[in-house]
Amino acid sequence: MRAKAPIPGLMVPSMRAAVIVFPASNCDRDAASALEELTGQKTQMVWHQQNELPAGVDLVVLPGGFSYGDYLRTGAMAAHSNIMPAVRAHADRGGAVLGICNGFQVLTETHMLPGVLMRNAGLKFVCHMTELVVSESQSAFTRKYTAGQHVTFPVAHGEGNYTADEATLDRLEGEGRVAFRYAPGHNCNGSMRDIAGILSEKRNVLGLMPHPERVCDPLLGGTDGRALFQSLIETLG
Amino acid sequence: MSAITPELVAEHGLSTDEYDRILELLGRAPNLVELGIFSVMWSEHCSYKSTRVHLRRLPTKAPWVIQGPGENAGVVDIGDGDAAVFKMESHNHPSFIEPYQGAATGVGGIMRDVFTMGARPIAMLNALRFGAPQHPKTRHLVSGVVAGIGGYGNCMGVPTVGGEVNFHPSYNGNILVNAMCVGLARADNIFLSAAKGAGNPVVYIGSKTGRDGIHGATMASAEFGEDAQEKRPTVQVGDPFTEKLLLEACLELMATDAIIAIQDMGAAGLTSSSAEMADKGGSGIELDLDKVPQREAEMTAYEMMLSESQERMLAVLKPGREKQAEAIFKKWELDFAVIGITTLTDRLVVRHKGQVVADLPVGALSNAAPLYERPFERRPGLSGVPAYDRSRPLGECLLRLLGSPDLCARRWIWEQYDHTVMNDTVQRPGGDAAVVRIHASQKGLAMTTDVTPRYCFADPFEGGKQAVAEACRNLSAVGARPLAATDNLNFGNPQKPQIMWQIVAAIDGIAEACRVLDCPIVSGNCSLYNETNGEGILPTPTIGAIGLLSDVQRMASVGFKREGDVLLLVGQTMGHLGQSVFLREIEGREEGAAPPVDLLAERTHGSFVRELIEAGRVDTCHDVGDGGLLVAVSEMALAGGIGVMLAPAEGLLGPGAAAADAVAFWFGEDQGRYLLSVPSERVDAILSEAKRRQVPCWPIGQVGGEQLVVDGTKLSLAQLRGAHEGWFPAYMGASELPPVN
Repeated sequence: MRAKAPIPGLMVPSMRAAVIVFPASNCDRDAASALEELTGQKTQMVWHQQNELPAGVDLVVLPGGFSYGDYLRTGAMAAHSNIMPAVRAHADRGGAVLGICNGFQVLTETHMLPGVLMRNAGLKFVCHMTELVVSESQSAFTRKYTAGQHVTFPVAHGEGNYTADEATLDRLEGEGRVAFRYAPGHNCNGSMRDIAGILSEKRNVLGLMPHPERVCDPLLGGTDGRALFQSLIETLG
Repeated sequence: MSAITPELVAEHGLSTDEYDRILELLGRAPNLVELGIFSVMWSEHCSYKSTRVHLRRLPTKAPWVIQGPGENAGVVDIGDGDAAVFKMESHNHPSFIEPYQGAATGVGGIMRDVFTMGARPIAMLNALRFGAPQHPKTRHLVSGVVAGIGGYGNCMGVPTVGGEVNFHPSYNGNILVNAMCVGLARADNIFLSAAKGAGNPVVYIGSKTGRDGIHGATMASAEFGEDAQEKRPTVQVGDPFTEKLLLEACLELMATDAIIAIQDMGAAGLTSSSAEMADKGGSGIELDLDKVPQREAEMTAYEMMLSESQERMLAVLKPGREKQAEAIFKKWELDFAVIGITTLTDRLVVRHKGQVVADLPVGALSNAAPLYERPFERRPGLSGVPAYDRSRPLGECLLRLLGSPDLCARRWIWEQYDHTVMNDTVQRPGGDAAVVRIHASQKGLAMTTDVTPRYCFADPFEGGKQAVAEACRNLSAVGARPLAATDNLNFGNPQKPQIMWQIVAAIDGIAEACRVLDCPIVSGNCSLYNETNGEGILPTPTIGAIGLLSDVQRMASVGFKREGDVLLLVGQTMGHLGQSVFLREIEGREEGAAPPVDLLAERTHGSFVRELIEAGRVDTCHDVGDGGLLVAVSEMALAGGIGVMLAPAEGLLGPGAAAADAVAFWFGEDQGRYLLSVPSERVDAILSEAKRRQVPCWPIGQVGGEQLVVDGTKLSLAQLRGAHEGWFPAYMGASELPPVN
């Protein structure tokens, strides 16, 4: 990967990010390059067999992809890989963890987030731009959005149908932990209560099916994803 | 070991003459393992025995070509030390028998062809041809093929960015699945397959060998009969997870200097990879099958040599580098085994359980493979101007065409493919060509696949020309300079002189167009015997082409962008309705001459349009293709969400035009045409430049509003969109098949 200059006008922040690489992660480079462009700093790539995160990491990203070929269940095998206890410990210490797409699936499999991601209601893989509503701006991930703001991120998944029992859903909503919802008419996978992304109890872990890292460059169809990373940079930097 | 009987020879797809030749070359009868090796190496699929003499006529060189045909993929220089590596390959026969796995392994196979050259795959395209929509198998095949392509490509994390889909009854029993992969490598780090030198370790990497896909290459070299479904066991099963690991492991190994040669185990697996590597390196190879990682116990030498288990590679390493390579493959949890050694002997020697089970001269498998100059029956192209109803209402015709199986939106398909992963897809599916940015640079690669089989049937020479011309036009329409092409030649039985003529003439047409348009063929694949019960497919020589944009910011796209723009038509309109979609869909007939292709005009018009885009003077452009002018205009309106008022001046039809009516003007499929949408203040300069360069160019309308207005007919964008977007999901989701029209 060739080095890129940070976007002019951005102050050089100090947030340090690590991206976990599982076998058949495939959005690891995308997450790293989006982060590098916004932070101007090298992102650490962490191989799943490691037991520890690099020292001083502020943000851990579990990237999209098909970890372990989606065998058993999506995210199930990655949830048991060597690095995950360290990721969990990082979250327990209050460190930020962002799980995108397959990363969200890994987070539910580790029970760092409640619920499960089932097969899309239409039983097909879906890849297109999707309109989302930012439901919650009170988090390290969303503070640079305003609550109720509509943003457009792409989705690319076959199993993004967020499902949980009613009590869990009520609790998520009651505690303001639904960070993103599919806008009316844009629920592409049948997710309950149109949920696209949720926060952990301590609000330092976000699982999100759509891909913010794919909308950080106007040439790729939009820049709505930047504010998510900029929120993190502002909070953690 | 069983005796070689004439029946056994025939079962291996070898003719009596071919078997006699084997006896002569060996000076003895082959054993069963050796017969199996000959059968795959001499199969049409591996040896190109019917086409090799003709393929030589294709232009393959240009100053920017780094590697032409003969390797796993072609390589072209794209500047700054970067190289584009690409190829298209068919997986037709397996996809008809088992659509999901057939298509999936087609994707896996072509990706391996690209990354075995040292390139990271950055984009996939697929050219698909299915039978009539009302045929009982078609929906099942569409759904399985699309799911298979998505299932494999999505897991690999390589965006599937483009392609094409046609329906025609000639594919009822033989669908076509042509997969193209484009990869990016450093120009000074390309890996080839020549196993040069003696005493070097031959290593096996990837998945274990199982009993799947045995005789796939032979199956792919024969016609289907009623028993096609019984061939299911010859279809391989893919595992994209393993392939993703293999990709990363191979690229990691390629970053060292441990490799002498590497080749994927595709058709005919261990046999063809070892024989081809030895042949190209001028060496011999000794293999010890006991060392081959095996999925099942008690596999015979015959089974191991002919297995087409997927996700495997064969490499020759520098001596002493085995440990370094093994560590990389262990990290990725893949099998790694030293299974042989290169020798000075010019022989392929295979041992199993302490016995030599095959000992063959390498040259007998490759150079001495049969080469046929099969007889062909020269035929003039179809001619004549078909009759049609000149009074047909334009609006009604347009809605029917936009909603026809061949012209409707393909969103249902490409939304099942991850087309944005890797964060470089700057032009998504649905435009003229897909564009993928070269990561962290301003450069972009444009890519497309094209062929119009009904033109090729009417006139294989003009059809061959048209396939290349349209591919180059699609590249020029986004502002890319065509660089090179890959050809995937799908035809029926070459032993029939009329089919052989289609092959010969199409290759000549492709060759001529490639020469004039400066777009050499750098890789390719032939798929013959696409026949079921004696009925051949329409001749389908698919062209995959790539082009370079120096600045992706200046790329043009199809959708209207501004109200008030003037719509300009570039190129001559003659109202050619022979073999048009209009004639087939509206008049219900497939007849007449294919549209002639004026290659010099293609070249001139292409440069004119491309230079306007490169200079930043045009950002909206669309090639006029299937369905003609009005369909192309509608696509621009739909993509941009802005309407257009069409008002072409009188007398726009070219000199000697066949028909002067509105139907011919709006639905004729004359070649070499583009539509440009430009701000009004730029029109005069563009028109005068066109005049200076003798490029026909006229204003034909003004962009704006929410309707398409033509000849007093008004159609809302919603109406157009309903027709265009409606057919595919309705067809795939309907409880009953559409009526036969």
